[in-house]
Amino acid sequence: MDIVGNVLPQVLKDEATEDKGEMARLQSFVGAIAVADLVKTTLGPKGMDKILKPTGPGQEMTHITVTNDGATILKSMYVENPAAKILIEISKTQDEEVGDGTTTVAVLAGELLREGEKLIQKRIHPQHVIAGWRIARDVALKRLRDISTENDINSQEFHDDLVKIARTTLSSKLITTDRDYFADLCVKAVLRLKGSSNLDYIQIIKLPGGTIRDSYLDDGFILKKQITIGCKRRIENAKILVANTAMDYDKIKIYGTKVKVNSMDKVAEIEAAEKEKMKHKVDKILKYQPTVFVNRQLIYNYPEQLLADSGITVIEHADFEGMERVAAATGAEILSTFDAPERSQQVLGHCDLIEEIMIGEEKMIKFTGCKKNEACTIVLRGASTHILDEVDRSIHDALCVLITTVKNKRVVWGGGNSEMQMAAACEEEAKKVQGKQAFAIEAFARALRQIPTIICDNGGYDSAELIQNFKVELQKGNQTCGLNMIDGTIGNMNELGVKECLRVKEQALMAASEAAELIMRVDNIVKCAPRKRERA
Amino acid sequence: MSLAFDDYGRPYIILRDQGQKKRMKGLEAYKSNILAAKAVANTLSSSLGPKGMDKMLVSPDGDVSVTNDGATIVEKMEIQHPTAKLLVELSQSQDAEIGDGTTGVVVLAGKLLEQALTLLDKGIHPLKISDGFDRACDVAIKHLETISEEIDIQANEHEALIQAACTALGSKVVSKRKRELGKIAVTAVLDVADLARRDVNLDLIKIQTKTGGSVEDTRLISGILIDKDMSHPQMPKEVKDAKICLLTCPFEPPKPKTKHNINISSADDYKKLYLQEQQYFVDMVKLVKNSGANIALCQWGFDDEANHLLLQNELPAVRWVSGTDVELIAMATGARIIPRFQEITPEKLGKAGCVKEVQFGTSNERMLVIENCQCTKAVTILIRGGSQMIVDEAKRSIHDAICVIRNLIKDNRIVYGGGSAELACAIQVLQYADEVSSVEQYAIRSFADALEGIPCCLADNCGLNPITSVAQAKALQLKENNPRIGIDCMELGTIDMKEQKIYETLSSKKQQIQLATQVVKMILKIDDVIAPDDY
Repeated sequence: MDIVGNVLPQVLKDEATEDKGEMARLQSFVGAIAVADLVKTTLGPKGMDKILKPTGPGQEMTHITVTNDGATILKSMYVENPAAKILIEISKTQDEEVGDGTTTVAVLAGELLREGEKLIQKRIHPQHVIAGWRIARDVALKRLRDISTENDINSQEFHDDLVKIARTTLSSKLITTDRDYFADLCVKAVLRLKGSSNLDYIQIIKLPGGTIRDSYLDDGFILKKQITIGCKRRIENAKILVANTAMDYDKIKIYGTKVKVNSMDKVAEIEAAEKEKMKHKVDKILKYQPTVFVNRQLIYNYPEQLLADSGITVIEHADFEGMERVAAATGAEILSTFDAPERSQQVLGHCDLIEEIMIGEEKMIKFTGCKKNEACTIVLRGASTHILDEVDRSIHDALCVLITTVKNKRVVWGGGNSEMQMAAACEEEAKKVQGKQAFAIEAFARALRQIPTIICDNGGYDSAELIQNFKVELQKGNQTCGLNMIDGTIGNMNELGVKECLRVKEQALMAASEAAELIMRVDNIVKCAPRKRERA
Repeated sequence: MSLAFDDYGRPYIILRDQGQKKRMKGLEAYKSNILAAKAVANTLSSSLGPKGMDKMLVSPDGDVSVTNDGATIVEKMEIQHPTAKLLVELSQSQDAEIGDGTTGVVVLAGKLLEQALTLLDKGIHPLKISDGFDRACDVAIKHLETISEEIDIQANEHEALIQAACTALGSKVVSKRKRELGKIAVTAVLDVADLARRDVNLDLIKIQTKTGGSVEDTRLISGILIDKDMSHPQMPKEVKDAKICLLTCPFEPPKPKTKHNINISSADDYKKLYLQEQQYFVDMVKLVKNSGANIALCQWGFDDEANHLLLQNELPAVRWVSGTDVELIAMATGARIIPRFQEITPEKLGKAGCVKEVQFGTSNERMLVIENCQCTKAVTILIRGGSQMIVDEAKRSIHDAICVIRNLIKDNRIVYGGGSAELACAIQVLQYADEVSSVEQYAIRSFADALEGIPCCLADNCGLNPITSVAQAKALQLKENNPRIGIDCMELGTIDMKEQKIYETLSSKKQQIQLATQVVKMILKIDDVIAPDDY
């Protein structure tokens, strides 16, 4: 009923809700901050992990995940709050775009909104807050770019930077104790790509057993398949034919074809013709004179036997990815027709040695000395599948960051240095700005400073004191200072070798402020009636 | 409930299942309808203007979207009330016809209904009200035309167009980059515009979204971006001086439409058929290759064997290109769409400077860019942003800006924004009201009040005192006889909208007032609502 007593007609559907003004804003803030609080304990080298347990019936639902990766945690959460969904969305985008900083971006957006809520309570209009944030973001971004440094891609310094960046990324993960080892491993893998950003060429094989330290980078290429029985297990100077073709009965592709016969003789004839067709195909393949034949699809016994008889090693059922990697590594062309044996030289891949190896209990095929040396394999070992999964995610993060760095080349100091510098820049700017926006700029600075604060808190150190000391140190002009999370002091990042990729920081800053702005602008939330699900 | 009786006094049924239907009649129906429509208008009113807020909408499946666009809001609210639905359609027809001003039209309709409600309380017949509104609307439209100004869209590097785009983008979440995005939109429209015919085919502007980066990274690609990659991983990633063969037939053995059977009854047949099958692929690839094409784009899929043959013949190809993309590419590159392999001729190929694959982010997603097309009349705006919601909203905003620019190219008359045009019309309508001697006078006066509601709403959203600032602007308009005085939403220190460069198209404003009046008239004519009870 409205004020004059008219009965308001119902405009929306029955179960739909509409929240306006304060209520809508409150809902957004609560949701976003809750999400940020949830992941913030995973931030930094002393951050903790989370166990994710799926709900619902079924065998696969009992599989738990232990992780420190923000995007993985947020992705697997089911939330109803729309603002929280926006935060999850930016974390996912961060993961796709740069691969790391997925926690940072959600926490930063959450902290911005926490500060924004305080400003709203002071009766500052959201549009003023947004205006201030926009100024702050530009200032912060400019400072971030100013403090970044660039090294020549071929120099030793750049190589060192890469190792340091990988170490920094890995230090917050489960494998922090072995981070030097893994950092080196990741850098080597990325450098093999020679500037290409296709992560597909780095294969990660996870095998339970052994310890994490038993993991290694194999500069050859490992295919998780077996060589067909009856073939040679070791081939030197291999000529590889990579194919994607039906090696079963090769069905007729012309539409509407039916085989209709009227006597047993005819059946036998057709069977023979079919067999001959297969033999014909094998003959054509043989004309290419390969020593190894890799096919994506199944190979039936008959052609397999024919090939094996000719002394060719056969690998069947290599999946799409595996096949593409083999092709990339050995420089082979993926064939589906075999009518041009004169192109044999062009289409065959080469490698020095193919052998079957045993890792743990599994047999695999290893290609060493490949023609094109881009592909490589990281073999991960560990006590359980949960550990392996987490190591896989960590390595993936590190690889993504390294690839981004190779593309972008610019690096900044880690240990909260960049956040503190950006915050300082915002505070300087706030002094120059007239009007209420200045409050919002200060709030932006406080939100940025929350990142190192949370890192300190997670490490169990006195964040209030450390951050203040940090501020003073920066004020003195010590550009390379940062948090030393081993001793709980302010240290020199140059000596500690803590570096981070500029692109990751940039993306986190932009995405977080964009999302915070988006949520801040909302003054009305309309939830439609949930779709009724018919039970089958 | 209405009951009728026959000559013998027995009741008979007029409405089936009368007991299960809800029925409202007379004044009750008017009021209920108006209140429902007003509820929708109220929701939208806080989105109006450069300081307007956004709405967060959760779909039945739980997907979130955040938007400032009136048409999108009312569409996604899933309104069920029948008269409120009329407002949804109102907003959508504004969107379809003009593309911009979808919020304003609903707010204006809301204000008109508000006025109608008080008139109804005074006891004025609804039809008199709607007659009055109608006459007032005519006066307002006429006045709009007199105060409109023609602008030179070419002058100063299309500055006027950019400003108009900025006005449209000013109320959106992307407003921080409104100038850059405005420029992108203007360049895009001008690239494809046919200035002689004053026509723009918006199909030629493709808006592609991709999450990642930030809104700043949005850029214009003078060519077409399609979300596909080469059919074979080892095909070249870049083709220079591309001659494009655009196919709508699959690289597969033909499938005749008539139902047929091929019966194989002997081994000979079987072998022949196999050879025939092989021949198909070879022929197809040969036909494409012989025409001189160096890249093939196909709407359908490829057989593995055909795919490899293409690679072997050094003919890069793309499969599963969507139908709209095929048409777009045809228009841009001058290619003819070829439905059968036999019909491939060199003249039918399209030409482009470069076709290449580009990669985004770490997730290994690739897209194909066709640049420097023969007839450059197609562009793509690639929108980037931190999350799906931002990207979606940016897409809607840019669409609005593009529509505004198109309207200006069609009709280069503008009026000034910031509520100034509404205010000027209100003054004019008020003067006219005094000349009318019948009951309609009241309705006409109310129409003027409703028009004033728009600047009021603007001022309110900007945190200004609506009454004082509107009164001030109105007084100044009368004193200086200057129809460009409006509300200073951005606090720039001037209330002359010409100085603030807030341009709106005449066509959009006209359409807003006309459509709003029409819908209000329609709602006022309803005096009986019969509906099933169960909603």
